[in-house]
Amino acid sequence: MLGLEKKDFRLLLIVIGLTMFAPFILNPFPEGAEMAQFNAGYPDLMQRFVIFGIFAIGFNILFGLTGYLSFGHAAFLGAGSYGAVWMFKLLSMNVLPAIAISVIIAGLFSLLIGFISLRRSGIYFSILTLAFAQMSFALAYSVLTPITGGETGLQLALDDPRIFGASQTATGNIPVPSLFGLEMRSSFEWEVGAWLFTFNAGYYLAAAFMIFAFYMSIRIFRSPFGMMLRAIKSNQTRMSYTGLNARPYTLAAFVISGMYAGLAGGLMASMDPLAGAERMQWTASGEVVLMTILGGAGTLIGPVLGAGMIKYFENIFSKINETILHSWFAFLPDGLENFVVAMIYPFIGKGWHLTLGIVFMLVVIFLPGGLVQGGQKIAALFRRNKPEDAKPNATEPAE
Amino acid sequence: MDQFILQILNGLDKGSAYALIALGLTLIFGTLGVVNFAHGALFMLGAFVAVTVSNLLTLSHKVIDETRTDFLGNPLQVDVPYLYDLFGQATGDTIIDWAVPISIVVAIPIMVCIGFIMERGLIKHFYKRPHADQILVTFGLAIVIQEIVKYFYGANPIPTPAPEAFIGSFDFGVILGFDPNQIIYPYWRLVYFFFSVIIIGAVFAFLQFTTFGMVVRAGMADRETVGILGIDIDKRFTIMFGIAAAVAGLAGVMYAPINSPNYHMGMDFLVLSFVVVVVGGMGSLPGAVAAGFLLGILESFASMSQVIDILPGINQIIIYLVAIIILLTRPRGLMGRKGVMEE
Repeated sequence: MLGLEKKDFRLLLIVIGLTMFAPFILNPFPEGAEMAQFNAGYPDLMQRFVIFGIFAIGFNILFGLTGYLSFGHAAFLGAGSYGAVWMFKLLSMNVLPAIAISVIIAGLFSLLIGFISLRRSGIYFSILTLAFAQMSFALAYSVLTPITGGETGLQLALDDPRIFGASQTATGNIPVPSLFGLEMRSSFEWEVGAWLFTFNAGYYLAAAFMIFAFYMSIRIFRSPFGMMLRAIKSNQTRMSYTGLNARPYTLAAFVISGMYAGLAGGLMASMDPLAGAERMQWTASGEVVLMTILGGAGTLIGPVLGAGMIKYFENIFSKINETILHSWFAFLPDGLENFVVAMIYPFIGKGWHLTLGIVFMLVVIFLPGGLVQGGQKIAALFRRNKPEDAKPNATEPAE
Repeated sequence: MDQFILQILNGLDKGSAYALIALGLTLIFGTLGVVNFAHGALFMLGAFVAVTVSNLLTLSHKVIDETRTDFLGNPLQVDVPYLYDLFGQATGDTIIDWAVPISIVVAIPIMVCIGFIMERGLIKHFYKRPHADQILVTFGLAIVIQEIVKYFYGANPIPTPAPEAFIGSFDFGVILGFDPNQIIYPYWRLVYFFFSVIIIGAVFAFLQFTTFGMVVRAGMADRETVGILGIDIDKRFTIMFGIAAAVAGLAGVMYAPINSPNYHMGMDFLVLSFVVVVVGGMGSLPGAVAAGFLLGILESFASMSQVIDILPGINQIIIYLVAIIILLTRPRGLMGRKGVMEE
């Protein structure tokens, strides 16, 4: 189907199913119930899931396949969102040209940076990308203020030209991003008993883009080009001995992953039309590295899982405070309750970064293939008695 | 001319911090071949040792002072540090005042221990793994250390003043025969500079003039042969890791009065010191030190208003720009040795 093998097609179908029914899946608890705080089915968070999913899928094409560890990918995401906001300012509030321009800008930007950085490999490549990203951040923050809005970030204003649209709405407000009139923030709410499901236009647009991005990444993984990238990861020297120049392939992978980052940036600006320099900072680049490794670098579904997990922790776990913990453990005797809460509290709520760091270290130490590899190991335990023909179904991380 | 000297002086203190961190990074890299992204966290831990020591020294108990009253007319409660009870008020005050220099003594054993634990507990298992894995696991470790510090000390910077004697600045220009008030330089920054020179000198002397250092240098050049000669080189390298951690920690302790410690100061310095290491040349100790001072001074020259007028924003990016140019034109960095981490 669609030029995919059967198992890849099945994976794609699963991803489509999960993203399309996300408002149900992420809202398992009824409104007002005690567990309702674990519901992640609100538009803002769902949008973040898919947008960072795109970002991580793109990063995985570079790091997972070629093994080049870029510490500056957030620069492309930032450049993409600046481009998108400028489109909103100059052209119209339609999101399609904005997303198109953000992909193009990020592509050109990554072509430039990739062309220079890819002259070196290994740690030098990481440092070069890091240096470029920090430079972009510093410039966006200071000198490029007319273009980037500096510290306050780039925002829409009432007197923006918007040649194909209105500068302001009839009521004198700044118009909101839309897809041919369908506002990105508009939602359809459906109440079933105690449950409230929200279907957000922006989320479904971003989800459609993510499915497309995921499909493209499967195609790249399975193509001769993807094979070539894996060859670079396993042994670049041997590849050059056979007479192949690795540079064009790595550059192509770099630009593709830069365009993915630009797409994510454009979508981010479409959901909320502002762009700030902090999106380019190296900690933001570090975040996408965390996502990809956590989920499983070199696997197809891993980066999406990693992105979802980190964003879920960031938004849901971080909200748990001491009072909630006390109410959970209220069944314990008082002294024990306080002790348990004191032991758990540093790891959740505001301290969720600590948990993230520890989980990340454990993954790097014990599961170089990320959570996907962990899942496969567990699955293999259950499957031990059966014949080994189940093996090809597993998505092997690229070596 | 006075402007020129002023900028060199301004660059020296930042350059000293870069040089010290880069020296530690290179020590670890040159001996163990590990790229340590948690080195910035060690620097930060050093600064927090200073914070902890000054907190401990000011531990106090409440005493009711009968002679003074608060606004309600009740006797006033005063915090009296335990040090006053031990040494009397004058000596106690002096000790509290000198908290930062005292922390140096405390920091050395603590940092060496942390270094040992890090190397034996974690990094040892990563010698054979690719550099990317080393970067990732130490990056994770840096996050963990950072968050632990944040949990105990909060997210806000904690002011840690230098001893009274070194607060304020002096007129450096007068000594050199310029007009007064042209070159004003804070005392503590000068102290920091001399301190870093002493540390760097000590590390070099240790490597150059002791048998232990000779073995370590031999191990850096050819680990296998040294092992074949029956020397337990791993043990020595572990000790070098401890020393590198101590160097980073001391850099942090002394930096505390210049910049109030906060939990992410390590990350801020880490990125720059990696750039410094790469510019100096991977695995070259003199290169790391020279590049540290060089980039520190370059940075302060770039922040001169005359330069910014011509090239706006140059002060923000100069270090990265230099790093990119060096990496592309001199792949081994300024003083990199042949064969160390070439692709």
